Amino acid sequence: MLDNILSILVFFPAIAAIFGFAVAKDSIRAYGVAVAFIEFALSLLLWFSFDSSVSGMQFMEMVPLVPAFGINYILGVDGISLFIVILASFFTMIGIASLGETKNVKNMIISLLFLQMTMAGVFVALDAIVFYVFWELSLVPMLYIIGAWGGPLRIYASVKFFLYTFTGSLIMLVGMLFMAYFYYQATGTWSFAFLEWYRLILPETFQLWLFGAFFIGFAIKVPMFPFHTWLPYAHGQAPTIGSVILAAILLKMGTYAFIRLSLPMFPDASVFFMFPIAIIAIIMIIYTAMVAYAQEDIKQVVAYSSISHMGVIILGTFALNVEGITGSIFLMIAHGVVSGALFLLVGVIYDRRHTKMMAEFGGLASVMPRYATIFGIMLMASVGLPLTINFVGEFLSLLGFYQQSHILTLLAGIAIIVGAIYMLAAYKKMFFGEVTNEENRNLPDVNKRELTALIPLVIITVWLGVYPKPLLEPISNSVESVVQLMHDKAITEEAKKRIPNLADRDSRVKEAN
Amino acid sequence: MLEPVNVSLESLNLMTLAPMLIPIIGALLILIIDIIKSDLDKTLYVMISIIFLLMDLGAISQTAGIFSESGTIMGVFDVMLIDGLAILAQLIIVVASLLFIPLALTHKRFHEFSYSEFFALFLFMLGGFQFMVATDNLILIFVGLETASLALYTMIAMHNRDKSFEAAVKYFTMGALAAGFFSFGSMVFYALTGSIEINQIATVLTENGFADMGFVLVGVTFILAALGFKLSLVPFHTWAPDVYEGSSAALAGFMSIVPKIAVFIVAMRMFEFLIHSGVVWLEIILYIVVVVTMTAANIWALVQNDVKRMLAYSSISHAGFVMAAVLIGTTQSNSALFLYWILFSFTNLGAFSMLWISRQKHLPLHQSSDHSYSKFAGMVQTAPVAATIMGLFMLSLAGLPPFALFWGKLYMISSAVSGGYTVLALIMALNSAIAGYYYLKLIVFMFMRDPVINKDGHVFVSNATHPLRTIIGFAAVGTIFAFVAINPVLEFITALVFKSGY
Repeated sequence: MLDNILSILVFFPAIAAIFGFAVAKDSIRAYGVAVAFIEFALSLLLWFSFDSSVSGMQFMEMVPLVPAFGINYILGVDGISLFIVILASFFTMIGIASLGETKNVKNMIISLLFLQMTMAGVFVALDAIVFYVFWELSLVPMLYIIGAWGGPLRIYASVKFFLYTFTGSLIMLVGMLFMAYFYYQATGTWSFAFLEWYRLILPETFQLWLFGAFFIGFAIKVPMFPFHTWLPYAHGQAPTIGSVILAAILLKMGTYAFIRLSLPMFPDASVFFMFPIAIIAIIMIIYTAMVAYAQEDIKQVVAYSSISHMGVIILGTFALNVEGITGSIFLMIAHGVVSGALFLLVGVIYDRRHTKMMAEFGGLASVMPRYATIFGIMLMASVGLPLTINFVGEFLSLLGFYQQSHILTLLAGIAIIVGAIYMLAAYKKMFFGEVTNEENRNLPDVNKRELTALIPLVIITVWLGVYPKPLLEPISNSVESVVQLMHDKAITEEAKKRIPNLADRDSRVKEAN
Repeated sequence: MLEPVNVSLESLNLMTLAPMLIPIIGALLILIIDIIKSDLDKTLYVMISIIFLLMDLGAISQTAGIFSESGTIMGVFDVMLIDGLAILAQLIIVVASLLFIPLALTHKRFHEFSYSEFFALFLFMLGGFQFMVATDNLILIFVGLETASLALYTMIAMHNRDKSFEAAVKYFTMGALAAGFFSFGSMVFYALTGSIEINQIATVLTENGFADMGFVLVGVTFILAALGFKLSLVPFHTWAPDVYEGSSAALAGFMSIVPKIAVFIVAMRMFEFLIHSGVVWLEIILYIVVVVTMTAANIWALVQNDVKRMLAYSSISHAGFVMAAVLIGTTQSNSALFLYWILFSFTNLGAFSMLWISRQKHLPLHQSSDHSYSKFAGMVQTAPVAATIMGLFMLSLAGLPPFALFWGKLYMISSAVSGGYTVLALIMALNSAIAGYYYLKLIVFMFMRDPVINKDGHVFVSNATHPLRTIIGFAAVGTIFAFVAINPVLEFITALVFKSGY
């Protein structure tokens, strides 16, 4: 079974979803939770049987799909993707478990299970076309979730979401086809396998163009400034569960793809674009923080803060050294946990009041103490308080980028601190002061169902904030091999200098000992 | 005194005629049956057509077997030319027809199917198309084209709606113009080279180094215009949306596939040597036509209010997309053309069949046309299975992986990349993105809006009978599981195309 665990992980939810059509409407929720729980258990099994001392791919599977054109179904997992896969199955589970009263709950749960298939698929695919298939397919359930259960502007928001990402990924597809063609020219056979592509050393001009093509696809997905305009709409209109999955997992596809594809394939281009992208990332952090401060809708505040933190992830990724990339991967997990939790919390209050306007609230801390506590913890994690999960990731990302540029890191650091202002201001508006609105006086506190989703998130937030090692070790093992590969492949002097040579470091450590 | 013509029967190689003669014999048989006893039910004619189509398929596989052993077959004074292109095109034509003809078995009675002539004309038309693809003689191409087109005009008119007559007359007028262009273009080439065989023309023109460039330009322009009319390339597309709207959905789906593949073959034969001649403006003309067809048709499709008209414009755009293969002109691109068209025929026939089973005999008051978008609003609530299948076809047409058409697009764009047409590859990708919008529009209507008036879902499947459901099921399964079949199909196509020297 372990030989095919990745395939099982990918296709189990989809097959279960098809069987789900036969389950009666009033029992579908239990069915969904059961399936998602099995999926989560499988992903934990994957973690336990994962050898964290190995840096390369594990549990590889390969089935020829279109051998005439070099397309193979290749799956594999390493430290970079392992935890995102677990995160995805975890969020699908608590998402379904905490699902509030919704119309057409059956369609919703089936969509979520299909979505889980595509998410698992993206993170374990090692063939560009298989990757692309899951990448694109993830749009369809999300389109339906936003479009069918969203707010008043749901159709506009869902279509915008779909078209934006679709356009970006088609340009990425052209890039992929180019890459395969270069591979064909170099070796005489077609191949779309990532591991084969890693071996290809491209001239710098090609790298720049291809990096650009891939960048458009990934940047829209992340979303990076100035391609971020679809996200506030999508978040604003999506139902709670949609926002949770979108923020926690779907956005990570973009940042993950940078590390999986752009960096190892185009090391010189990555160095070439390092500062432009870092500047975009810093603009993203500051600008969206400012926009978040101006919002009156709590969900928009969380949405913009989510974009803002994605900027830190990008910054860490383009530090191009082990600390930065490890930090950015850790921050992906952290951001998933924290922003997912914040969207869940916003959903809790929306279910009660059917409004997300902060002006409607005030003094909630005295009415809903447990809610206020959990919200407070998550908010502190979101602004990067030490001993919470976000701090570890942000610290490592900035530490990594500090080695490339002091000034930009300083700017980013200040921006993160400034970012705390709007979150605290929002918290003040909602939770402190007198209860001014009569409707708020008798709101029930968080109930059991909501707690089942929130408490595990709080535990993870604190646990991984205090003791991140179980995650950091396998991540940095795999990152080291990526960085080394980049260094070895780099052609230009600049790139050789910017990307550290780990072999050197290891030998120096040995000499010192 | 005239010398007696002495030709041995064997050198004629009459076997090459078999695939074309079978449907013609079938058509004649239908006419004879009708003379002996009229008022027979349409099921009889449908089944006779299917039997003859299957025999036709058998004959084509025979020739395919001979081709794979001994290469290109010439016959009947070297007029017939059976190469890989001809075999692939005939396979697509016959299989698409096999998927189309059972659509006549609707639940409601429609006017055209009560005539046996409809089926006779249908088989004559197939014979015409098969002649067209299996020759490189311009006169025989012309004869095949006209036989097929005249039959098709009549079939459209038999739908018996005001708009159908309009459509038939419009198509006829445009078709007549195209025929004129074609004969004029052929005449120019004959005057230039003294031959009406495309390979002879190519040889002569290449030998004298395209000396009479002005005349070649005139000839190419006329031929391109003629083929452009048939392929509905912009700016010769104006008839297409009206004709699609006027004819029944099933026939419209058929028209978007079968006539076009036949004309694509002619275009491939005609432009192959012209593209490779190194004359730049030939490439530029074709480049412009391809880009404009893809883009403009896409933009028009965005603003349609009727699903059938939207699909008409989208078919135009797909034709432009595929025409790019002729422009690129490598073995990979020519194989991509066939792969794309096979996958497209599954998906597009499926989509049109879904419209066909929802066809009402009389329009309700709130509906402006047969298949307006608003008719499909909230379809998922009333007819979930039908809505899902329709959504599937739309996603496939939009090129979403892993559904059928994605693989066609993938291979086509890849052939543009490897052919050195980078900008074209980007334009193709961006056009797929634009196209995403109007396919999505139908999905939005079906899945996210509420029904316009309270109605039952029966209207969406009112025409459905078992044969129709089977056809749609075939198309849907083919669309979903295309990825399994891509490899063998691709290898088969590439082998045939490569062996024919394209």
